[in-house]
Amino acid sequence: MIRVQNLTKMFGERRAVDGISFTIEAGEIVGFLGPNGAGKTTTLRVLTCYTPATSGSASVAGHDVFRESMAVRRKVGYLPESAPLDTHMRAREYLNFRGKIRGLDRAGREAAIKRVVDLCWLGDFIDRPIHQLSKGMKQRVGLADALLHDPKVLILDEPTIGLDPTQIRETRNLIRELAKRHTVFMSSHILPEIEATCERTIIIAGGRIVASGSPAELKERIRGGSRLIAEVHGPEGEVKKALSAVEGVEALQCESENGWHRLTIEPQKGRDPREAIYKVVKDKGWSLRELRLEVGSLEEFFVQITAQQAQQRMGEKREARS
Amino acid sequence: MRNVAALTQRELAASFLSPVAYIVAAVFLIATGYLFMTHTLVEGEEAAIRPLLDGMAWLLVFALPLLTMRVLAEEYASGTIEALMTAPVTDVEVVVGKFLGVLVFYVALLAATVVHVAVLAAYGALDSRVVLYGYFGMILLGALYVAVGVFASSLTRHQLIAAIIGMGLLSLFTLVVDAFAGWQGGTWRVVLGYVNILRHFGDFSKGIVDTKSIVFFLSGTAFFLFLATKVLESRRWR
Repeated sequence: MIRVQNLTKMFGERRAVDGISFTIEAGEIVGFLGPNGAGKTTTLRVLTCYTPATSGSASVAGHDVFRESMAVRRKVGYLPESAPLDTHMRAREYLNFRGKIRGLDRAGREAAIKRVVDLCWLGDFIDRPIHQLSKGMKQRVGLADALLHDPKVLILDEPTIGLDPTQIRETRNLIRELAKRHTVFMSSHILPEIEATCERTIIIAGGRIVASGSPAELKERIRGGSRLIAEVHGPEGEVKKALSAVEGVEALQCESENGWHRLTIEPQKGRDPREAIYKVVKDKGWSLRELRLEVGSLEEFFVQITAQQAQQRMGEKREARS
Repeated sequence: MRNVAALTQRELAASFLSPVAYIVAAVFLIATGYLFMTHTLVEGEEAAIRPLLDGMAWLLVFALPLLTMRVLAEEYASGTIEALMTAPVTDVEVVVGKFLGVLVFYVALLAATVVHVAVLAAYGALDSRVVLYGYFGMILLGALYVAVGVFASSLTRHQLIAAIIGMGLLSLFTLVVDAFAGWQGGTWRVVLGYVNILRHFGDFSKGIVDTKSIVFFLSGTAFFLFLATKVLESRRWR
């Protein structure tokens, strides 16, 4: 439904988006995750025909965003970041205007407005001037606008930013609901946001895609980086030696305090040597007061890869300068 | 075409809801009333419509950019341009819709000045041809001014700057070239004379319809709308 190939967007000398490629199939709900300034909005703007790419290509619903811009625009519902609206109108007037420029006739507009008012709970404030609405209400009007023409593809830029916790939950539910009928591609710089809503996540940092997959797959990747923590009481040298020899242990570090040794153990890939460790400690007659597997969180993983990316870029810049 | 109609309607609604438009309209009407009293109703002279129209053409150099400054600059500043230009409307439709919206507001404003004509008609024999051609010219002139104003508004996200650019451009093609043409001779005089908006308008207020002047106004309008479209297009790349 969305196909991006080698997409690059330059702003002057700066590469906002740097040769990214990905595909989103019909019916998927995909999160686009990255820190601020990673290139999320720029990518979405290329996909919605607001900004042309510098190089590479992108197509949405089978139409090239550059050559068949009008066809793409007809099939996409787009909620720009912070949902800019014409504040001098009432919500209903605004939606009516948006329906007109989307080519809906009077009856079509009335039906469409009724439908989105129900979907986005606009009921009470549809006839209020937009400048009187709160941020969350405006966000919903923006979402209603994006849904007006029942688009095949929904592209949402930070749809829950600025909302209160209740509204965030409602919006998430709404998006999940919408995903049953539409292909959804939404951006966010907050991980739990994406984790809660999306089937698949594409992580972008510094204009490049650094990881992609379902939250479970990403977690699996992290599991490679998980560690065991054990606290053992016994003679330091022996403890280290015995535990290093346990099958499945790749490396370990030890911190000692009052005869207790806090061991941070890196297991071999795909192994969990907790049971073996327990047996060794028991056979030697030492004491054990903690033994646990520490799984890195998606959050940590996210911070880690985005930091790596930033470092890498700094390095490249330094090279380029010298 | 339906898009243009929808955009025009939206623009017109925005004008009628904007305090700036009402202030500009009020000041313009007070000023034309003053012109009517001091230049048309002069004791001992024949009351003529011409000085009123010429005066209005001059006033509009400053009034119309204040009406057009909003049209695109506000969209840039508030970000609504993104919602607009990701909807299935072309850049040309956006520019033309905005142009027509302000033009309709201007024509409504112009209609209010017909009251002066009614006063003249009530007290004397009116040359209806001069009035008709004069107002026809006013509409053509207004269209060109609005097009220049829309172009100015396409250049910046700051409404005040858009207004100043619009006034600057219009002054250039009216007051400045008028002054320059007085000092220059030869080819320069011809060139400056051709781009002088007020000289072309002078024919209409005298009650003459010159095809050359009609072509001048229409092509000028189209030219500035074309420029505004190009600017709008080019902003996408930045």
